[in-house]
Amino acid sequence: MAEMQEFWRWTEYNWRHPEMDWRQGKRIASGIDVGSVSSQALVLVDGQIFAFSNLRTGSNSPDSAHKAINGALKDTGMELNNIKYTVGTGYGRVNVPFANRAITEIACHARGANFMAGPKVRTVLDMGGQDCKAIHCDERGKVSNFLMNDKCAAGTGRGMEVMADLLSIPIKDIGDLSYQVDQEPQPVSSTCVVFAKSEALGLMRSGWSKNMVLAAYCSAMAHRVSLLLGRIGVEDQFFITGGIAKNPGVVKRLEKELGIQAVKSQYDSQIAGALGAALFADTLLQKGA
Amino acid sequence: MIANYGYKDGSGEFFISIDTDRCNSCGECVPACPPKVLEMATDEYDPLSEKTVATVREEERKKIKYTCAPCKPASGRGALPCMAACEPGAIAHSW
Repeated sequence: MAEMQEFWRWTEYNWRHPEMDWRQGKRIASGIDVGSVSSQALVLVDGQIFAFSNLRTGSNSPDSAHKAINGALKDTGMELNNIKYTVGTGYGRVNVPFANRAITEIACHARGANFMAGPKVRTVLDMGGQDCKAIHCDERGKVSNFLMNDKCAAGTGRGMEVMADLLSIPIKDIGDLSYQVDQEPQPVSSTCVVFAKSEALGLMRSGWSKNMVLAAYCSAMAHRVSLLLGRIGVEDQFFITGGIAKNPGVVKRLEKELGIQAVKSQYDSQIAGALGAALFADTLLQKGA
Repeated sequence: MIANYGYKDGSGEFFISIDTDRCNSCGECVPACPPKVLEMATDEYDPLSEKTVATVREEERKKIKYTCAPCKPASGRGALPCMAACEPGAIAHSW
């Protein structure tokens, strides 16, 4: 029997600053973003990114939070008690046992995007694992308006994972493959994960290639989030955070639909929440919390 | 900041929007709401501010279509009690 391959699985990893010596730092703050699909921990030393990790969330939020911070601190010589202030955010923010405070991920994503893409960013779209948020913010990364699509995993990372598994295509290849079609197909009529799954099977039976199905699904997802963005209005500059930001199949179609290019950043789009949380922790430390 | 609480589903968009810059922290809307949807809390979207503002209670956010229904004009009540109680006009309903 062939070995079962998990096509949805993306690579977990951690990063640390190659030169920075944290022992010289005065303020050590961290942010933990326990999302519904992925968890990140990020450590700031004097306001600079020192280390972070990006892992999958397990079924237990406190465990995931510990795993994330241990991942970030691995081989750095830093211990959990060296961190002076920790902010928890994301879906599991109230379940981070070592956090000093929990802050909603909307505020954290706006703050993180402000750091990652600069103060000119006004519209932040967070395409997360299980929900999608459109955020309008000011030049300091303070939220001025937001809209959240919850209640439903349609048009999110989890939906992409389900599609990857159904079509047996590694998740990181989805974006590129969705452009390998002769003609852009009509979007699938539903982005509901369960309905889209049966619709995809129906399309394949009627002769569609896998790439066509991917293209139809990506464009349906792009269309769905463009409606969400339409409600708060898209203003230049526009930045996308979360895992779907790495999927050009959705991002490029969304840019085309909105007629506006998303700002590119040198940082991993998935760390925005944890980065924002760590920046809040750093500010609270400076304020003497 | 405009805080939108609620959701969109197949039957429409159901959002209560609270303009936290207009909200004067008076708290009049809290007792005015018959099903107790609102509460006063620190602004969770501006963690560095100490101001308390009206918010929709967490457990109500995904069912306001139903919770707010008895107050809606279709049942012949006129202006919504929460909006009528808000002197600075910070509360709005999308439906």
